[in-house]
Amino acid sequence: MTQYRVFSLIALIIGGFLAYFVWSTQADPASPYRFKLGLDLAGGTELVYKADMSQTPRGEQDDALSALQGVIERRVNLFGVAEPLVQTEQASTLSGITEDRLIVDLPGVTDIKAAIAALGETPTLDFRLATTSTSSGQATSTVTFVPTGLTGRYLESAALEFGSGATAGLAAPQVLLNFDTEGGELFEQITRENVGQTLAIFLDGQPISIPVIQEAIPGGQATISGNFTAAEARDLVRNLNFGALPVPIELQNSSAVGPTLGAAAIEAGVVAGSIGFIIVALFMIAWYRLPGFIAAIALAEYLAFMLAVIKVVPVTLTASGIAGLIISVGMAVDANVLIFERTKEELRGLPGQGGKSPREAVHIGFSRAWTAIRDGHLTMIMSGIILFWLGTSIVQGFALVFVLGVLASFISAVTLSRVFLLAIVPDVRPGEEESRSWRFLLSSGIRKN
Amino acid sequence: MFIVAHRKFFFWLTGLILAAALGAIALWGLPLGIDFTGGSLLHIDYQTERPPLTVIQEQVATVPVGAVSVRAFGDDGITIRSRTLSQEEHDAVLAALSKNAAPVELAYTSVGPALGSQFTSKALWAIAAVALLIVLYIAFAFRRVSRPVPSWGYGLTVVAMLAIDIIVPAGFFAAYARFTGAEVDSLFIVALLALLGYCVNDVIVIFDRIREHLARNEREGIREEFEETIGKSIDETITRSINTSLTVALALIALIYFGAEATRTFALVMLVGVVAGTFSSITRSAPLLIPLANWFKK
Repeated sequence: MTQYRVFSLIALIIGGFLAYFVWSTQADPASPYRFKLGLDLAGGTELVYKADMSQTPRGEQDDALSALQGVIERRVNLFGVAEPLVQTEQASTLSGITEDRLIVDLPGVTDIKAAIAALGETPTLDFRLATTSTSSGQATSTVTFVPTGLTGRYLESAALEFGSGATAGLAAPQVLLNFDTEGGELFEQITRENVGQTLAIFLDGQPISIPVIQEAIPGGQATISGNFTAAEARDLVRNLNFGALPVPIELQNSSAVGPTLGAAAIEAGVVAGSIGFIIVALFMIAWYRLPGFIAAIALAEYLAFMLAVIKVVPVTLTASGIAGLIISVGMAVDANVLIFERTKEELRGLPGQGGKSPREAVHIGFSRAWTAIRDGHLTMIMSGIILFWLGTSIVQGFALVFVLGVLASFISAVTLSRVFLLAIVPDVRPGEEESRSWRFLLSSGIRKN
Repeated sequence: MFIVAHRKFFFWLTGLILAAALGAIALWGLPLGIDFTGGSLLHIDYQTERPPLTVIQEQVATVPVGAVSVRAFGDDGITIRSRTLSQEEHDAVLAALSKNAAPVELAYTSVGPALGSQFTSKALWAIAAVALLIVLYIAFAFRRVSRPVPSWGYGLTVVAMLAIDIIVPAGFFAAYARFTGAEVDSLFIVALLALLGYCVNDVIVIFDRIREHLARNEREGIREEFEETIGKSIDETITRSINTSLTVALALIALIYFGAEATRTFALVMLVGVVAGTFSSITRSAPLLIPLANWFKK
């Protein structure tokens, strides 16, 4: 019994510490452990792009996708957002077609138009060889451009320079491209093998410069001398430096939430959570008496633990996640209900036999309720995991909190409540006078038992 | 023994509820939201006073974007649903609304049609996968039980229960959507999946007790009618079945009354599911084993 009392004391102290941690980190605006709010609560914009990989060879798709992510991250940072999040996602449909997506979260940005514009301006750059094919039946020839594999991915930097243009003595603006090592070698190889042919430079799918290769160009530099004005050339250099996209992207989903809606949702969540907690705790105390009171304390510890875990992991809270947390408060006492009902039964005993002593009844109540608790919690975790697989951020926000909550309530019910109860309930024989009052405290419902 | 004795009545009652739910779905259908079909959803707030919906409807109609639904949301807000809008169309709609009022766009969501249809198939697979996993798990957890119903018989019974857990809230939603204009969104699927995982709990509690009684009877050589065992098990577990659901229902009611607007419909569907699931678990799950046992005896 001393042992259980020591454990109880430790559990209470840890619970108090967790509650203090949750409260103090939330009160301090600079704390790194403040709740991480999802876009639906904090306000912000989410953009989902589809990356068009049809022109990218299979083996290079992963590279291209991470290059794309890097480029977009640079763009987003220039846009000036506090904690942007750029993720890539490979979604495979059941028909086996995979789709590469780029998800951009911009907290605090509610001007969806400006956000799309800032990301969308990024040019795609690639080099294509012109091949002239003459169809036999006709005299006309058509020019087709074949991608060479040299794209903006290999671009290290771009610079503006003024070449010796022939126009009216003025120097014509040119854009100087510096490739990285790999890109430089590729460029040299392409120019060496195709001397005399046309190597067109495509920007956003349009040819902007169609020079003829005079000789192999080593050194990894190329010059675009389109008919730029100085301003156009400057913009192009800026955009290329921000990052030329290795693959084209297409906007699929967009959503923006203003800050007022989120603030109202948080407030409502706190109110609903507090009221939910209080009525569940009151119900437990009213129906289960002493064990109910202990369950209420275990529930408070459970809540402090859940909130601390959400902060430390950190789990991004969404409106659906808050709903999941509130529902989990109702579910967390489930195991307690099973245990207390069982304890009461053991106290009463089978017809014809005497009941167990209070302490014994608590012991048996826990061990006999175990199989039902295990089976019930496992099925809930299974459905939670499948929910998480289902995907979208709203669903995952709920699923994560749900699974965490089920796990935590599992642990709190079979350890905390048990230790607390065993720390209090004394070892008295069923017949003794003192036993009667303990029987009353451990019973439940409206009947006097 | 009340429930087992009157199990015919409860069979019919559950059948009636089920028929009503199926009827609601067949009659009104489940209107799919933009998460499934793709489309755009604008959530707009008029700071002071909302113009009549017909006026707003006319304003939106000046932008050629096809069929558009405008609904009131809260006191001064509206939601506008349409097919997936381009950036220009989105701007045009906002401009049209701002003609003689100063609305604020609270939220804007746009889902491409391709993603929507992917979500639909994923959601259906998820529901099937959860149901299958639960059935397999139950069959596994009750593997030691073989008489008078083999363990997969318990799994089979659970399938029937899970069907009710899905159909009743879905039927409720069909009726609810008919009168409020709500649409099936991803949270609705979340509610169904969470219900599948949760409602099976009550069934497990009863089955667990049957398992315990059967094991004891076998050990101590007690002969007992299967009907008797089931009736006893239900009676002994009915308080905990009700109480576990009651605590969740209390939390859900708090969520419905005080919680965020965004999760209200979700909580309502969960509440209906929890109540219906508990009722059917208590009155139907174990009694269903009786005809099954008779069938195996033959």
